[in-house]
Amino acid sequence: MPKDGGIGASSKRREDVRFLTGRGRYTDDININNQTYVHFLRSDVAHATIKGIDTSSADAMPGVVRIFTGADFEGIGSIPCGWQVTDRHGEPMQEPAHPVLAQGKVRHVGDPICAVVAESLEQARDAAEAIELDLEELPAVVDMKAAVADGSTKVHDDLTSNLCYDWGFVEENREAVDEAIKSAAHVTTLELVNNRLVANPMEPRVAVGDWNAGTDDYTLYTTSQNPHVIRLLMGAFVLGIPEHKLRVVAPDVGGGFGTKIFHYAEEAFCTFAAKQVGRPVKWTSSRSEAFMSDAHGRDHVTKIELALDADNNFTALRTETYANMGAYLSTFAPSIPTWLHGTLMAGNYKTPLIYVNVKAVFTNTVPVDAYRGAGRPEATFQLERVVDKAARELGVDPIELRRQNFITEFPYATPVAVEYDTGDYHATMDKLAEIGDLSGFEARLEESKKRGKLRGLGVNCYIEACGIAPSNLVGQLGARAGLYESATVRVNATGSISVMTGSHSHGQGHETAFPQVIAEMIGIDESQIEIVHGDTATSPMGMGTYGSRSLAVGGSAMVRAAEKVINKAKKIASHLLEASEADIELKDGQFTVAGTDKSVAWGDVTLAAYVPHNYPLEEIEPGLEETAFYDPNNFTYPSGAYCCEVEVDPDTGKVTIESFAAADDFGNIVNPMIVSGQVHGGLAQGIGQALLENCSYDENGQILSASYMDYAMPRADDVPFYEVDHSCQTPCTHNPLGVKGCGEAGAIGSPPAVVNAVVDALQRAGKDVTHIDMPLTPGKVWAAMNG
Amino acid sequence: MTQVSMTVNGKAVSGEVEGRTLLSGFLRDSLNLTGTHVGCDTSQCGACVVHVDGVAVKACAMLAGEAEGAEVTTIEGMAKPDGSLSTIQQAFQDHHGLQCGFCTPGMVMSAAALLQDNPNPSETEIREYLEGNICRCTGYHNIVKAIMAAAGQDVSKIAAE
Repeated sequence: MPKDGGIGASSKRREDVRFLTGRGRYTDDININNQTYVHFLRSDVAHATIKGIDTSSADAMPGVVRIFTGADFEGIGSIPCGWQVTDRHGEPMQEPAHPVLAQGKVRHVGDPICAVVAESLEQARDAAEAIELDLEELPAVVDMKAAVADGSTKVHDDLTSNLCYDWGFVEENREAVDEAIKSAAHVTTLELVNNRLVANPMEPRVAVGDWNAGTDDYTLYTTSQNPHVIRLLMGAFVLGIPEHKLRVVAPDVGGGFGTKIFHYAEEAFCTFAAKQVGRPVKWTSSRSEAFMSDAHGRDHVTKIELALDADNNFTALRTETYANMGAYLSTFAPSIPTWLHGTLMAGNYKTPLIYVNVKAVFTNTVPVDAYRGAGRPEATFQLERVVDKAARELGVDPIELRRQNFITEFPYATPVAVEYDTGDYHATMDKLAEIGDLSGFEARLEESKKRGKLRGLGVNCYIEACGIAPSNLVGQLGARAGLYESATVRVNATGSISVMTGSHSHGQGHETAFPQVIAEMIGIDESQIEIVHGDTATSPMGMGTYGSRSLAVGGSAMVRAAEKVINKAKKIASHLLEASEADIELKDGQFTVAGTDKSVAWGDVTLAAYVPHNYPLEEIEPGLEETAFYDPNNFTYPSGAYCCEVEVDPDTGKVTIESFAAADDFGNIVNPMIVSGQVHGGLAQGIGQALLENCSYDENGQILSASYMDYAMPRADDVPFYEVDHSCQTPCTHNPLGVKGCGEAGAIGSPPAVVNAVVDALQRAGKDVTHIDMPLTPGKVWAAMNG
Repeated sequence: MTQVSMTVNGKAVSGEVEGRTLLSGFLRDSLNLTGTHVGCDTSQCGACVVHVDGVAVKACAMLAGEAEGAEVTTIEGMAKPDGSLSTIQQAFQDHHGLQCGFCTPGMVMSAAALLQDNPNPSETEIREYLEGNICRCTGYHNIVKAIMAAAGQDVSKIAAE
């Protein structure tokens, strides 16, 4: 029987009611009395020297309040980068300045040059058209390998080259890996591109800056996954506003997928300008602006080599990747191709020797940073593609080759520095065979053939590292932040509970799932518990939501705070019941004395805490509110096995997804309905990457896909119903809930399944095709088929 | 500036707009009906779908002036008279057909228009009808399922958890 509440129940989402009735409160729904509107005049060329800016005509346009340029930001801080990677020679990465508005040069299409503040958005836009820019175009750096070749134009004159860093991991293994590959019985090599994507949350970014002239306090309303992080980065590093004078609010946020983690120039501008003009300043991104200013994702060019012995055991793995940073370093950009990518290269396999080389490169393109999965999809894609290619070269079953090399004993220390606590890769593969009906494939293949279609089956595994992250570890790796999470559990006098969490919900359903955990612990109804988030004024310092960390880290903080509350409540109960504290038990909202029928209700204890007439005041303080900060001691390691069946139309090259199944191990599950929904969404994004999506630049650095007319988003008729299962559960051993995280798995595990399936379909049809770069558009597939 | 008058969610409204003011802007900025969302600038995403004289329309692709005299229904007008969720809204909640909620108003308005024209659509018909509504969160699985359920179809065999 499914549970009707608490941990493991598919509780319906309480937040849905406001979203379904149009009563959500997103940042663009916030309007402050007397507010102004800003429009950014952005560069329409990729690389140029700013020779002059003439705003004289624009200044006189109706409604213009003030026009800002880079000169107004002299002495204001650079948009900071939150992670410093050390290269393979022990040197720090090259780190360029990133001004709020361009100073001297523009470095990508979309780089903001002027900000027009006006009475209305239309007036701001009209005035921006009257600004005369004198831009002297420079050669654009677009291709990564050309960017690091001798004599390339530099994106930043003050850096020695366009190479941000040359990272080797694990550097000490390099020679041993080279040797193992040289002496291997078989080596499979694959060169591939992990295509540049745009996260595209449906809500574009918005920022509203407000300044209180009476108190000199600032408030920024922004579409963020982590308001405290924005407060710290913007306050301390850009604008010099102390944290106690700066409040950051991220209300209902319409999706993030990584791209709303980062601190952006527009946020700093609106906050800064609010004081300068003495009025609130609002910016709402258009979708076209979003394509030119939201940090992009992926964009790796990789060569991977897998060595096997004569018995098909993996003996070594070597990769070389060029990772695009874009024109500036976005908040977490340097960490994505390194610590969130290299550390996952073991995948599900006991490959003993691994060496990963990553060259991060500056180009005249929009900055690249985390997008759903962030480094782990790039690791999984190349690994699962090269394993598939190896199986086909060796004439062995791709599933059996994987099974033969699975890690089976846990904990398992990989040769790339991480230790998997739990997992059961055979179990998820067995479950996949069941839910994907793998034994029925041959019959479906025949059926497709009768209709003249080429059918293919692609299977792959994945592992990811979530629950980011142990602060002391990431500090050693270059993080300029801790990655704990916080929660305050505030019990009210009548027993209801407000939980202030540093996690942020922008679609994940925290307002429903987090109360399920507290309800389970105390035994009261979920409706008595409310989650408060998204406001630095109400929540303790928190690091926010990304990397599938909310329940594993934020939920753990909440559990720790709730445990403190329960311990204190037991002291109060023991006083009221005149019993020893050690004998007090809490169940179903009742404190009882073990072995007796004496009890006191939760609400009576909470009332006593705030009306302490009969209360152990000499031992404990009144009130019932506790805060906990939880810092994990390891990552969590969700894993799974995915399969995809495709049909390829031999006449057009069009690929259709006929079925997709995902068997995941997320450890314990709090709300299965929400978990399934997270997987569904990830799968659509992964299928989108594999078949449809591509952020494209021409050789001049002009972005060619800056609207939904040109960037192919997955739509309802591009995807099937998915079969998903998360009944294989090896709970995490080091967090109190035993949870691993589920937000990114779908996007990590699905691209290789799709590409493996298409290659399978073409090879079954006798085509000599071993790889096609994503997205697998009809044109590319047709060209591959027809040589 | 010109004066426009229309009926929105059963209530007569009017306001001053520029000739270039879009219906989506009039609803959001003049009437404070912020449930109608704007997710793109090329009339692709469908977050702004409303009903104008009973027909699903992208409110970002229509000038406010063009709606002069029209009967407009927005997401704020979709609940039952007692304030409880309509059949379609309830199906979206029951089947987890939304996550961040940003595309949701447009999805609900499109779904309502579909079921008005085609009370018992097939999965394929639903998917094709939703071509003009982009969702980035749900992978569409539970949206399609919710619409099938709202049409009274048995969705128990469609994979859920």
